[in-house]
Amino acid sequence: MQNLTVNGVTIDDTFAEAFGMRATAIIITAPSMKWAVEAARTMTGFATSVIGCGCEAGVDVELSPDETPDGRPGVRVLIFAVSTDELQKQLLNRVGQCVLTSPGSACYAGLEGTEPLKLGSAMRYFGDGWQISKKLGNRHFWRLPVMDGEFVCEATTGLTKQAVGGGNLLLLAHGGTEALAAAEAAVEAMRAVPGVIMPFPGGIVRSGSKVGSKYKSLVASTNDAYSPVLRAQVASALDPDVNAVLEIVIDGETDEAVAAAMRAGLKAVIDLGPDGGARRVSAGNYGGKLGKFQYHLKDLLP
Amino acid sequence: MSGLTFTLFNEPTQRLDLSPLTPQKLVGYGKAEIEKMELGGGRERVKVGDCFRVSGSNAETIVFEGGSRFLDRIGADMNGGTIRVTGDAGAMLGRRMAVGSIVVDGSAGPYAGSQMSDGRVEIKGDAGDFAGGPMAGEMRGMSGGTLIIRGRAGDRLADRMRRGLLAVLGGCGDYAGSRMIAGTIVVAGEAGRLPGYLMRRGSILLDQPPQELSPTFIASGPWFSAFASLLDRHLINEGIFDSPFLGEGPMRYVGDNAVPGKGELVISARQV
Repeated sequence: MQNLTVNGVTIDDTFAEAFGMRATAIIITAPSMKWAVEAARTMTGFATSVIGCGCEAGVDVELSPDETPDGRPGVRVLIFAVSTDELQKQLLNRVGQCVLTSPGSACYAGLEGTEPLKLGSAMRYFGDGWQISKKLGNRHFWRLPVMDGEFVCEATTGLTKQAVGGGNLLLLAHGGTEALAAAEAAVEAMRAVPGVIMPFPGGIVRSGSKVGSKYKSLVASTNDAYSPVLRAQVASALDPDVNAVLEIVIDGETDEAVAAAMRAGLKAVIDLGPDGGARRVSAGNYGGKLGKFQYHLKDLLP
Repeated sequence: MSGLTFTLFNEPTQRLDLSPLTPQKLVGYGKAEIEKMELGGGRERVKVGDCFRVSGSNAETIVFEGGSRFLDRIGADMNGGTIRVTGDAGAMLGRRMAVGSIVVDGSAGPYAGSQMSDGRVEIKGDAGDFAGGPMAGEMRGMSGGTLIIRGRAGDRLADRMRRGLLAVLGGCGDYAGSRMIAGTIVVAGEAGRLPGYLMRRGSILLDQPPQELSPTFIASGPWFSAFASLLDRHLINEGIFDSPFLGEGPMRYVGDNAVPGKGELVISARQV
């Protein structure tokens, strides 16, 4: 196994292992971008990992008025879950509590999928009999009377089974400042890639996990091999000059989107160089046995 | 392969039922067979060849060159392809059509788009009474698709309409949207008396107040909804209007409270 060095940054000869997921997308619009973002941020809060949140969600892209169905500013939100049922449940809970409630909002399908997921067709009951069904062309909308006018919500959105969750990069740096600089640069580059979200806070996760635990009730626990404070006590993966590691997890609508995001992130980290950023880049996997998708870092180099 | 063209050379002296001359019914027939087909509708026995010169072969695209108010049921029960009429059409144009597209360069008689369920009908001239409506005894009118009347429509427009979009650009007669069940009617130009008469649900959008608004419609104030701009954009995308029809904050009335109904009558903010 020969590690490569590009612009002084060591790239491990390894791969990120990722899983097939169910995903959907919606478009949230509002009178201003501020409120579209507010609604989206609220509904994608507490959606970092399917392990504890039921879904992983985030803003894919901000949309200008001419890119949205109703000519107002909007955002496209992606939501990922492990099953169609869970995705449906999370979608309705989150849109019902966070988008319906947000001033001036409207909600539309953001994906033409193989199957429909209920959106307005389930939320319509909030209208208590005063909801209005409207069909325009082949699109079906529900209008629900609310206190600032009407909440307009498309009846259904699409489901994709081609989605991928768990693409990742591990950024190994001399200290916390450098690790964060590298991770921020990578996330910024990845956000420009369409069809992906980085679900953790600011796109970054510091508590990477391994499968299993010494405690029977836990399915995952701290990634000890990458924790600098355990370097002397476990089989560490860290070199002596690495004192902080941050991870970026990527969920994408498609295999290609995840690969594109990882490529963009890798390029940003390499461009930053080893002194102000990451000295080494690695990726998390389970030996290749669990996940359907593998992203080899050497294939994604700029 | 050129479209199948029926050129009218002999003005009919009685009503003719042209419902056999639709794309799905003419596929596989040769010119000679088509000319021998009998057209019902009147007392005399009339064959296609007595009135029309037939040319072309692609039955997916049918053209009637030269129209007449006697040509009834053009495109009735159509389920695909396109029909164009370069002149006028008679009654029941596109009645019960399910798929496809009809364009009439002239005007159409009564019951245009009657009970159509999908597809698109565009009449560049005027349309008679009961456009989109049911025939006597039928419970429901138009149930889908798009019916565009660029001229004026007669009375009882979209009677008992259930779904779909009906747009009129040159005003309409009395009782537009009478007994309407659901769907969307747009009328640019002056609408006659009592639009939305006994309507239960659905939307009637006007660009100016009608001749007489029923007292059973109650003002619900200016309407601010993202749906207004969805509608405006849909009307522009469908090629019906060039600019937003409703605009910001149109006035909304709800009714018909005589039924009682939960329909709406919206009058554009950009009054003419």
